[in-house]
Amino acid sequence: MNEVIGTIFIAIGLAFDFFGCLGLLRFPDIYNRLHSSIKCVTMGTTSILFGLFIFKGFTPAGVKALLCIAFLLLTAPVSAHVLARSAHKSGVKLWGGSICDKYEEDKKAE
Amino acid sequence: MKRLRYFIGLLGIVATLAAVLFLPVPSIVSWQSVYLGKIFFILVLCGVLCLWRLFLGPTPSDRAAALDILGILIIGFCAILGIPTGRDWYIDIAIAWALQSFISILALGKYLEGRRFDE
Repeated sequence: MNEVIGTIFIAIGLAFDFFGCLGLLRFPDIYNRLHSSIKCVTMGTTSILFGLFIFKGFTPAGVKALLCIAFLLLTAPVSAHVLARSAHKSGVKLWGGSICDKYEEDKKAE
Repeated sequence: MKRLRYFIGLLGIVATLAAVLFLPVPSIVSWQSVYLGKIFFILVLCGVLCLWRLFLGPTPSDRAAALDILGILIIGFCAILGIPTGRDWYIDIAIAWALQSFISILALGKYLEGRRFDE
């Protein structure tokens, strides 16, 4: 039973990984690409590690997988935010179809 | 014409995934290694897509994002590799890779932003 549930979690994670990488390749803009590709972390790899935890139970490897999930959930949004902020500050243009740019308005207001 | 190109690309992706996932394989090898081969094919395909973005990327930020996602895929790879072999130290490699990937992305972001490292 554990193996079936773990396999389902691993399959969900693989699907999210694949579609996130497809978005990383196909979207028109660095900000859109980051929006798509961080799904690889928060659903893809986290789901794979949770599947490993269900396979292993409360053994040392399973608890390390839980630790790795906690670390990834804490750090992945931070790294995406840092990348988007550095791209905006280094002058990467938005895609032509973008509606608004609040950060640029804030920088002008200061 | 553009719609036709998109449709052909989508058909290629769906046909590849269906052929890898659902076609029967000859029963020379055990079912566990067949299963693992299918999983690793999908992960390597994701890695190839990331490498293609790393090669194309018009700005350095695109390349940094692709490198970040490649590291994340390697964490998943190590986690899956721990199940059939029964060795627990693959998850140690995954944790260490997560740590160094986070630090390197922070350093790259600071460098791309144009700040000095010792601020």
